[in-house]
Amino acid sequence: MLQVSIYRYNPETDAEPYMQDVQVDTGGKDLMVLDVLELIKAQDTTVTYRRSCREGVCGSDGVNMNGKNGLACITPLSETVRSNKLVLRPLPGLPVIRDLVVDMSMFYAQYEKVQPYLQNDTPAPAIERLQSPEDRAKLDGLYECILCACCSTSCPSFWWNPERFIGPAGLLQAYRFLADTRDTATEERLSRLDDPFSVFRCHGIQNCVNVCPKGLNPTRAIGHIRNMLLSRAT
Amino acid sequence: MVTAVTSMGRSGLYDWLMQRVTAVILLAYFLVVGFVLLGGVDYAAWKELYSQTWMRVFSLLALFSLGIHAWVGLWAVVTDYLTERLMGTTGNVLRLLVQVACAIIMFTYVVWGIQILWGF
Repeated sequence: MLQVSIYRYNPETDAEPYMQDVQVDTGGKDLMVLDVLELIKAQDTTVTYRRSCREGVCGSDGVNMNGKNGLACITPLSETVRSNKLVLRPLPGLPVIRDLVVDMSMFYAQYEKVQPYLQNDTPAPAIERLQSPEDRAKLDGLYECILCACCSTSCPSFWWNPERFIGPAGLLQAYRFLADTRDTATEERLSRLDDPFSVFRCHGIQNCVNVCPKGLNPTRAIGHIRNMLLSRAT
Repeated sequence: MVTAVTSMGRSGLYDWLMQRVTAVILLAYFLVVGFVLLGGVDYAAWKELYSQTWMRVFSLLALFSLGIHAWVGLWAVVTDYLTERLMGTTGNVLRLLVQVACAIIMFTYVVWGIQILWGF
């Protein structure tokens, strides 16, 4: 039997959050953490979490498993469980709505700030805006983000300044459009980032790289943004 | 765009660059001092070294660098932990008080350092 300790909080009935101990029969199989959550929900239907695609594409089930953020659906027990114990908590740093469900408003507000869509003020061509394969390759490792918030909620700078620091997820998307040769708003994008908080709260501790379930590297993207700001200003 | 009136240069890029440049200056200074110390020094040799203009200028540069480096670093620390978000209005008052204290301490050390370097 797997010993699971799960964070419970229902603001309508609980004065404060508590940890609930649950025993789960995994049948000796190396289940995904999401499967364990489903087994817990079968025992106690009030346990609440977000999930959708169950294959690491939608980014709904970002949770903190034994202290490390990740997607429950693609994290096998063998990867996270030590001494038969699994501690499940909501993503840190965001307000808890109920149990493992967090309010992502602050995360989305930062994403919105970087204007994550292509901006081009030249007349639209008849068919489509072409890009060379080399220029397209610059977007690899940037566009794959699924906005699960595992990175930003593992970042202490985002915990302390979620209204002012864009966070790794937002900055990865900021660079995705700065690096896109079809985007002509580079100057405006950079001037919106040139303050002491939006980019420069990143101190390069790479928690984001450590937890990203898609294997992306926000720290490197932030370094590229910094270099762009530097060459623009010198 | 986030404004910050108390940061070193009001610009994140400026602060970041200054922190890196001052870090290199400090590294160079402590390597030079460390190298001299490794060779073994007595009072006469130490006095001789610090009576040379280049060493005084280099020391003052290092002192200025330390002040700037510390200001940028501590500014980041207090704007992380002494904030309205964490402790309400108290955070703002406390942060400003700590920043003023830091500024006075750094200013004092720089002026005192000039006195020491050119005063003996």
